[in-house]
Amino acid sequence: MTVLVESFQKRFGPEMAGPFFAFIAVMIFFGVASPQFLSQATFGSVAFQLPELGLLTLAMLLPILTGGLNLAITFTANIAGLTVAWVLQANGGVDAGPLAFALGCVLALAAGAASGVVMGFVIAYTRAHPILVSLSMMIFLRGLGEFLTRGGDVSGFPDFLRPLGHGSLLGIPVPLIIFIVCVLVWHLLLTRMKLGFNTYMIGSNIEAARYSGVNTRKVVVLVYTLSGAMCAVAGIIMLARFNSVRVGHGESYLLITVLACFLGGVNPFGGFGRVIPVFVALVVLQLLSSGLNLMGANQHLATAVWGLLLVGVMFLRWVASHYKFLNNRKG
Amino acid sequence: MRNFISTHATESSLLAVMIVICAFLSFATDNFFSLGNTFDLLNTSAVNIIFAVGLLVVLIAGGIDISFAVGASVVQYVTAIALGWIGGGSWLSGILIAGSIGILLGAINAFLIHRFRIISIVATISTFNIYFGLLMFFTKGVSIYDLPDWLTDKVVLFEHEMPDGTWIEITLPVLVMVICVVATWILITRTTIGRQLYAFGDNPEGARRFGINIGAMQFIAFGWLGLMAGIGGLVQAHYAQEVVPNAFYGRELDVLAAVVLGGARLGGGKGSVLGCVLGVLLISITQNGLNLMGVSPFAFKMIIGAIILVAITLSNTRIDKLVPVLRGEGQTR
Repeated sequence: MTVLVESFQKRFGPEMAGPFFAFIAVMIFFGVASPQFLSQATFGSVAFQLPELGLLTLAMLLPILTGGLNLAITFTANIAGLTVAWVLQANGGVDAGPLAFALGCVLALAAGAASGVVMGFVIAYTRAHPILVSLSMMIFLRGLGEFLTRGGDVSGFPDFLRPLGHGSLLGIPVPLIIFIVCVLVWHLLLTRMKLGFNTYMIGSNIEAARYSGVNTRKVVVLVYTLSGAMCAVAGIIMLARFNSVRVGHGESYLLITVLACFLGGVNPFGGFGRVIPVFVALVVLQLLSSGLNLMGANQHLATAVWGLLLVGVMFLRWVASHYKFLNNRKG
Repeated sequence: MRNFISTHATESSLLAVMIVICAFLSFATDNFFSLGNTFDLLNTSAVNIIFAVGLLVVLIAGGIDISFAVGASVVQYVTAIALGWIGGGSWLSGILIAGSIGILLGAINAFLIHRFRIISIVATISTFNIYFGLLMFFTKGVSIYDLPDWLTDKVVLFEHEMPDGTWIEITLPVLVMVICVVATWILITRTTIGRQLYAFGDNPEGARRFGINIGAMQFIAFGWLGLMAGIGGLVQAHYAQEVVPNAFYGRELDVLAAVVLGGARLGGGKGSVLGCVLGVLLISITQNGLNLMGVSPFAFKMIIGAIILVAITLSNTRIDKLVPVLRGEGQTR
């Protein structure tokens, strides 16, 4: 057994254990409890629901790795969605062409990145706590969105956007493809690029990173900019999924994204954590939600179970460390 | 005075900003500078201040709590149902029930954090989801309007007819707020427990070696916030005359922003009751002033967010660097 655990950890890393066993537990539990669970319909619905939460979680992941937090993610996504909506409306609404949509996407990414740049600069140069800076940015962006839309929603988009939210390519939902591409980009960024390495260094010890010649301010600004840009991608997908933009769409996802990161073994103080375990944790959360739905419970119960799952994983982690501690003392 | 400025940098700059804003609003609008408006302000910010002083204690102890606002909703709902069971009850039983459920919810957080060494933000985000999910699941989002009469009857403590015939009044929420503020002030500045909370927040390991019971600290801090959340929930039910399960959803972040604007530090060991109350009041005054000036309500959040962002940016650039006179004073002291 220990050999098995060790080889598992060597291959997938220590963060993988929690999400992986949760995945197996969920599959077995719902597979036994509900005969329809192991069907294509379940996985289809998971595949369509995963990207919205998943893209926002990716946006949350980078700041957490630096030891920060980005509480502005959902409203950055809303603002980016609004940008696309306005560009489309200014170019004929339902009759707008693909070129207008492309322009909208570029501007949306710019808007998302801009909110990230502002946060990054304030955090990097004044050393204010990231929770506060992103919190005030969140209040600002929510207000901005409510001010510009008067609290209503914007809808009426061209038909060619539908496949982006509901279509499939070779049997795989388009939003899922976009999400997986983003996961891979994040994975490569964190494992293969200098910026990723510096992100981990800053998360572990920002002073040590600075003394070893890392331009910590530049890295922090870049991390929040990328986080803002990823929010924009999420905003565009949400626009296509709901076929409307409304400030407050996905607001309930905010704390779930933090939960998903922690469930995926990311260290709350930064420095440790990988993309793939977070991805598995997200799949577990969505499978739980779909499974409970099949058994007749609603989304709110799923939210409660998500919270319980996180407490459970943290409890098991405590038990494991305790057990290891005792072992070390004996040996 | 100079002493106060150099020892209470955040509080005095907040106070200065507030005086400037108040002076500006008194000239810019007709009825900002009136007793009636001041009392309105106090009545409407009472619940937020009760929450804020509770959260302050947790921040001083080095923790953070996301779940208190949703916890207050749970308290409201359970208290309303429990009062129905016992056939009405009174203020005493209401506060006892609400307070003890609040303390219980806070103790659950403290238990998870202390016993299983879960970081407070992780633990309270979990309990946030658990409380809110279960509350919405069991209530199905249905509000309660059928509350006992003693709870919904407006209690006016002071009223006065103005020359123009309008009535101004101070209501029960303000009294409860004052009691909560004074109690918190006594707890953190005038008791040994208060000193220990600051020490624990500043350096948990040092506090432990010094012989401070860190488990007790966690339970006191989160229990106190739970108590305040419970009382705040009950006062809100009294004020709004209804219990809505998602009424407080999202309020935790607004209160957190206000408390930290008032000088409390995420990370512990710093913060004062005065600063915390000023932080909440600054936001209420701004909102009230914008309202009186006829600015669209949709713009409030945007302006307040911008103000907090600027304030955080400025307050982290140390104030004594901006005002050289104060630096000299600080050194000679």
